[in-house]
Amino acid sequence: MSGDTSATHYVAPIKDGTIAVDVVKIAEKPSNLWRDAWADMRRRPMFWISMVIVLVVLLMALWPTLFTQTPPNSNCQLSDSNGGPAAGHPLGFTFQGCDIYARTVWGARTSVSVGLIATIIGSVIGLIMGALAGFYGGWLDGLLSRVGDIFFSIPYILAAVVVMSVFAQFRNVFTLAFAIGGFAWASTARVVRAEVLRVRQADFVMASRALGKSRFGTLIAHVIPNAIAPLLVVTTLSLAAAIVAEATLSFLGVGLGSDTMSWGNDISQAQQSLRVAPMALIYPSIALTITVLAFIMLGELVRDALDPRARARR
Amino acid sequence: MVGYILKRLLQVIPVFIGATLLIYFLVFAMPGDPIAALFGDKQPSKQLHDALVAQYHLDQPFIVQYWYYLTGIFRGDMGTTFSGRSVNDVLAATLPVTGRLAVMAIGIEFTLAIIIGTFSALRKGKIFDNTMLVISLVFISLPIFVIAFLAQYFLAVKLQWFSPTVGATNDWGDMWLPAIVLGLSLYAVSMRLMRGSVIDTLNQDWVRTAYSKGLPRRRVIPVHVLRNSLIPVITNSATNFGVLLVGATVTEGIFNIPGVGNTLFQAIRQHEGSTVVSFVTVFVIIYVLVNLVVDMLYGLLDPRIRYVR
Repeated sequence: MSGDTSATHYVAPIKDGTIAVDVVKIAEKPSNLWRDAWADMRRRPMFWISMVIVLVVLLMALWPTLFTQTPPNSNCQLSDSNGGPAAGHPLGFTFQGCDIYARTVWGARTSVSVGLIATIIGSVIGLIMGALAGFYGGWLDGLLSRVGDIFFSIPYILAAVVVMSVFAQFRNVFTLAFAIGGFAWASTARVVRAEVLRVRQADFVMASRALGKSRFGTLIAHVIPNAIAPLLVVTTLSLAAAIVAEATLSFLGVGLGSDTMSWGNDISQAQQSLRVAPMALIYPSIALTITVLAFIMLGELVRDALDPRARARR
Repeated sequence: MVGYILKRLLQVIPVFIGATLLIYFLVFAMPGDPIAALFGDKQPSKQLHDALVAQYHLDQPFIVQYWYYLTGIFRGDMGTTFSGRSVNDVLAATLPVTGRLAVMAIGIEFTLAIIIGTFSALRKGKIFDNTMLVISLVFISLPIFVIAFLAQYFLAVKLQWFSPTVGATNDWGDMWLPAIVLGLSLYAVSMRLMRGSVIDTLNQDWVRTAYSKGLPRRRVIPVHVLRNSLIPVITNSATNFGVLLVGATVTEGIFNIPGVGNTLFQAIRQHEGSTVVSFVTVFVIIYVLVNLVVDMLYGLLDPRIRYVR
């Protein structure tokens, strides 16, 4: 630098040919958030992989006999206890001599039903609380947000443990789903509230009010539909969390009774013979993990697709 | 800063009252006669029954009963377990054990999360980054009891690197396996946050300024980037503390560590409703306090937080 008196300038060569011009394609359908997101997602192999997993698990939950003809809990021979794979029983046998593959297939139903119902409960409560708090503001916001803080301050699996211990006589899919969803909604409510606060500022909300639509009507017709994107992401991710919660509660012994087939119950029962027959534990664990993984991947893909900033960060 | 602390303390009070009220209400709604449950198959005499009802204030309305319970908590009386032991005594014996486990687990979690998260961010989109992202997804999807059993089977039973259970001797050195399990179950979320945070920080103006001042990478990354990227990871660890508490319950149960979590785990398994409620309350109180402390640290770390609102 010090001795140099001359500087060299580099100039990029100019290419001959036409210069690209932005063209407005009037004939094409106008783009929107959902169309962009869909276009983004369907190009990603991960999306299709997780969709296939989710579909297979759903099919298992609805029609387990499509996958296995072996009865999962009758016909168990104690002579097969902890047995390895045999003809017609590809994954071997549990301690009770039941077919591991059949039990894993049938276990999907509990996870999926509890997970779905708990998520629906949590999302609906979260949507209502978050939307009202964010849209109306003022004392209602203060009240609902404090209620949300209270629920947020109790780890929801622990809350569900209390609920299921207290209502030990009434254990079924719905109480379990209520125990999980009834305490897991607070984080959903926070997300919805933040989004509604953002959307509330939009011009179309003012336009809707100026055109004479009531506040509540505006909230239902314009604000919520435009605030739904983050809710979709949270819902997918909480489905994964609810499935884990169900399995954890079953494992702790406060899920559905031990006669109900569920991955959590099977894992819990298999731990007693872990040293001699680890496979009875490993296969339901794999099923559980893959299902949760599929929902988490789906949730993250949807989040990335719906958030242009996240898309840029990839 | 004093104002900020006072404000946060005031905000905690309704949350604390609401949370204990909620749990207490659940217990109040519990079907069955709690006094009859105390006697099992035997029938208590009418006088004894009435005396016990009066002793436990069961003849009072809900809100009065709750008041006795709440003032009990503030006097430091957490109730008694199903077997009649005072919850305070149990806590005195078990909290240090759980504390050791939690400190080790958080140490493992943060070390892994900060190192792997930073390297992933610096190699964004490369093979290392993608591998680590996939691994972290798997760890997020693995429920903690599955991690615990897999570790117990492969590392303790097969390879015999660790003892499969902990038991009565539970010094720092004995807790490696459960601490690794608990740390791994927490690490994935923190690592992904760290990665995202470092990527965001790398794009900040002050990092460009630091580089253009001629500072070397080995100074810019630790001093300018890491320090500023840590805040989201630390705040998340407060919200994540609930996951830690549930994780500690499961881990201590599986590895037979005599901590608070194990007490809760055994109470759940033995269907001792009242003990479950006492210890869940303890966990909720710990959770609320930890969040309060982290919030204050957060205010200390980042002056901007104190002046908002």
